[in-house]
Amino acid sequence: MNAPSNAMPEPFDTKKVFSATMPAIRPLYWSVRRELWQYRSIYLVPLAVSAVMLFGFLIGTIGRALSTPDLALRRQILEEPYIFATAVVMATMFIVSVYYCLDTFHAERRDRSILFWKSLPVSDRTTVLAKVSIPFVLLPAIAIAITYATNWIMLLLSSAVMLASGLSAGPMWRQLFMLQFSLLYHLITVHLLWYAPVYTWLLLISAWARRAALLWATVPLLAIGFFEKIVFRTDYFYAWLKYRLSGPEAYDMSAPAFAIHPMMHLNLARFLSTPGLWIGFVLAALFVAASVRLRRYREPV
Amino acid sequence: MACIEARGLRKTFAKTVALDGIDLRIEEGRIVGVVGPNGAGKTTALNAILGLVPYQGELRVLGRDPWTERDRLMRDVSFIADVAVLPRWIKIAQALDYVAGVHPRFDRTRAESFLAKTNIRHDNKVRELSKGMVVQLHLAIVMAIDARLLVLDEPTLGLDLLYRKHFYDSLLNDYFDRNRTILVTTNQVEEIQNVLTDIVFLDRGRIVLACSMEELESRFVEVMVKPEQAAAARQFKPIHERQGLGRSVFLFDRADRQQLGALGDLRTPTIADLFIAVMGNHAGQPQGVFK
Repeated sequence: MNAPSNAMPEPFDTKKVFSATMPAIRPLYWSVRRELWQYRSIYLVPLAVSAVMLFGFLIGTIGRALSTPDLALRRQILEEPYIFATAVVMATMFIVSVYYCLDTFHAERRDRSILFWKSLPVSDRTTVLAKVSIPFVLLPAIAIAITYATNWIMLLLSSAVMLASGLSAGPMWRQLFMLQFSLLYHLITVHLLWYAPVYTWLLLISAWARRAALLWATVPLLAIGFFEKIVFRTDYFYAWLKYRLSGPEAYDMSAPAFAIHPMMHLNLARFLSTPGLWIGFVLAALFVAASVRLRRYREPV
Repeated sequence: MACIEARGLRKTFAKTVALDGIDLRIEEGRIVGVVGPNGAGKTTALNAILGLVPYQGELRVLGRDPWTERDRLMRDVSFIADVAVLPRWIKIAQALDYVAGVHPRFDRTRAESFLAKTNIRHDNKVRELSKGMVVQLHLAIVMAIDARLLVLDEPTLGLDLLYRKHFYDSLLNDYFDRNRTILVTTNQVEEIQNVLTDIVFLDRGRIVLACSMEELESRFVEVMVKPEQAAAARQFKPIHERQGLGRSVFLFDRADRQQLGALGDLRTPTIADLFIAVMGNHAGQPQGVFK
């Protein structure tokens, strides 16, 4: 043990300390930084998934293409995996978001660190805002950056193979830019706007539940639907749940390959005028307000 | 302005009354020890002062309402809660970055100079530190914050004697001055007896005794008498009597020292002895019965 000596440290540099006024954005910025320190899975998991995809692309797709003598088939093989790769990174992002939202408020109560965070001049509103920004800003931004980077690496590799085979890579580039544009559209409309009540609901449960946040977030909803089915022999609640999770139009499996989600084909104006979207915003705002309130009251579990 | 002012402070949980009408005024520049048995309401009182729990009654800390203005209040108040609350995943450098980022009164150089005297390295994570080192880290952070009120809830719980002594030595030598107030709860009350300027005894959510150390010394006196004089001593209405080394030890409140001096040697009771006497006699009785 190395106990501290009692030598006097230099006194407070009062001029420096007292003149420091803090812009309101700084606590928010550092609160987001600390979420990234705590939840490194926010960027490590999408990175790992895309690394696996790239490796698979390299030894699978490229290898298969090179061993196919038929040039038309070779093109087909090379064009194939983009949508799948993109969908996998998006799905990963969704899973990480769900995990993060359910864990974040609960973790700080579980390890009692909420008492440390609350001993600092950061309001509950700022903390909640920082946590909300993870599934709504940070994770989508990271996912889109990783997806684009992965796509471009795949594109460069397949272009090299195509050029070497005497094929034109031009159409593939055009298709990819279309894909990336639809991906951005999908991400904003579905993951940010339509799913707003989903993520904020999970955050609320994380702030509320003493334990088993995943169960509290899901089982009561299933139970309500089940109750309705038994008592009234109707399915309105389940239908509503399905609508909230799948979007304003049913998933269309027969849609063209680039449609990874039906909403991509929805016209933006129609999407924005869907009442369900605005009801979702109202719910999300209520859930966030309730989370701020709960964070004020909650103690370690 | 008083540092802390409470009037009729009450806090009830579902089935229990944690604080049952506390009236308390703590001036700036004091070191106040809050002493009481487990479940007396010490932590609840501190949590109310820190804005961690809602309460009934009036409470002002540095002129603010802690429940509605916690974030603003925490610029002037620091606290170390009863057990290790630093997140275990955080690196020491990150913890310093974060506090420096959000706290306008944090002096990072100062924290670094405290840490330089320990075995704690910047790339350590909190989970890699021993319990004593975590407390050292937390203390280094808190002592680098130029706060006006420092609240410590059992800060040295589970530490060995050497760490405990260093903890209070550093606080007194490197931190405390007349502009700061320190509020501390501990069960190792004898160790901080010489540190405190004031003492508050809490029992079942009520204040049993609140006085300065000077007042304590002038009010309370202990006399050790031979068995044959015990009856004479009882005439002066001691508030407590115990046996030790074949003698009877009597504790008096506001007794005539000259008359008592004839019975045996007078001395000031320790806080621990006074605590036992006061709790034994007054547990559960209404506040103020002692005055």
